[in-house]
Amino acid sequence: MSRIGVITFPGTLDDVDAARAVRYAGGEPVALWHDDADLKGVDAVVVPGGFSYGDYLRAGAIAARSPVMGPVVEAGRAGMPVLGICNGFQILCEAGLLPGALVRNHGLRFVCREVGLRVEADTAWTSSFAVGQDIRVPLKSGEGRYVADAATLDALEGEGRVVFRYTEPAPNGALRDIAGISSADGRVVGLMPHPEHAIDALTGPGTDGLGLFTSVLTRLTAAA
Amino acid sequence: MARVIVDVLPKAEILDPQGQAVARAMGRLGVDGVADVRQGKHFELEVDDTVDDAALERIAGSLLANPVIEEWVVRRVQ
Repeated sequence: MSRIGVITFPGTLDDVDAARAVRYAGGEPVALWHDDADLKGVDAVVVPGGFSYGDYLRAGAIAARSPVMGPVVEAGRAGMPVLGICNGFQILCEAGLLPGALVRNHGLRFVCREVGLRVEADTAWTSSFAVGQDIRVPLKSGEGRYVADAATLDALEGEGRVVFRYTEPAPNGALRDIAGISSADGRVVGLMPHPEHAIDALTGPGTDGLGLFTSVLTRLTAAA
Repeated sequence: MARVIVDVLPKAEILDPQGQAVARAMGRLGVDGVADVRQGKHFELEVDDTVDDAALERIAGSLLANPVIEEWVVRRVQ
């Protein structure tokens, strides 16, 4: 069974739901701690949401420089699948695994509601979806506005690295309505909305989010 | 020991909704003539003599500021 690491930083909130999503998809979640020096031999890593280190300095800035992120960056650059959700996306950008940055929502309001996302790329974390498919998952963030310079945005679009786009004008003002992006090899993905909260109809808007986790497990099983 | 100031501001091309909200509030104080406000961060560091300018620049550019969205100025004041 594939083992998926789920990192907990001080202030992380969504590690329990992320581990549950891994279990629902048929994988074995492995708890990783911010102070760990290695990844315990996991096959992939989820960097979950929350407010690591209280969002001090900038959202994700301190977590990106914590001990466990050294091996995550190294493994991610070498092709290990890594998923950053919300604060996890902010951390991956701060760590330099993904380009751009997440800044304060343009309306200054924390946005907490379901959103529609269009899946625009076939990556390690989206292969269970059809490109062009619309999914619904919750968004809950105050600093979710994706920004990058025009050249970076053009490169992301040109290389098919915009993985998720809001199906409505981005509620946080994200440039080009970008909700999630990937690394050049499509194995490191970050997104602001929360697929791990949409895996069971009892506790979320549906089960669309489970597809990210089944995608990576399918990919890992195929590679084994 | 030396005191070092690092000022960090959002880049000019980055939307600064907090600064804009502050600017609008100034109008409500009855103060006219403030054309723009940008909100940033101010750091004061106490450093010993082993910390040279290159190290300060590294601290500012790789931790205190995010070069994707912010610019910064490092000043030794003492």
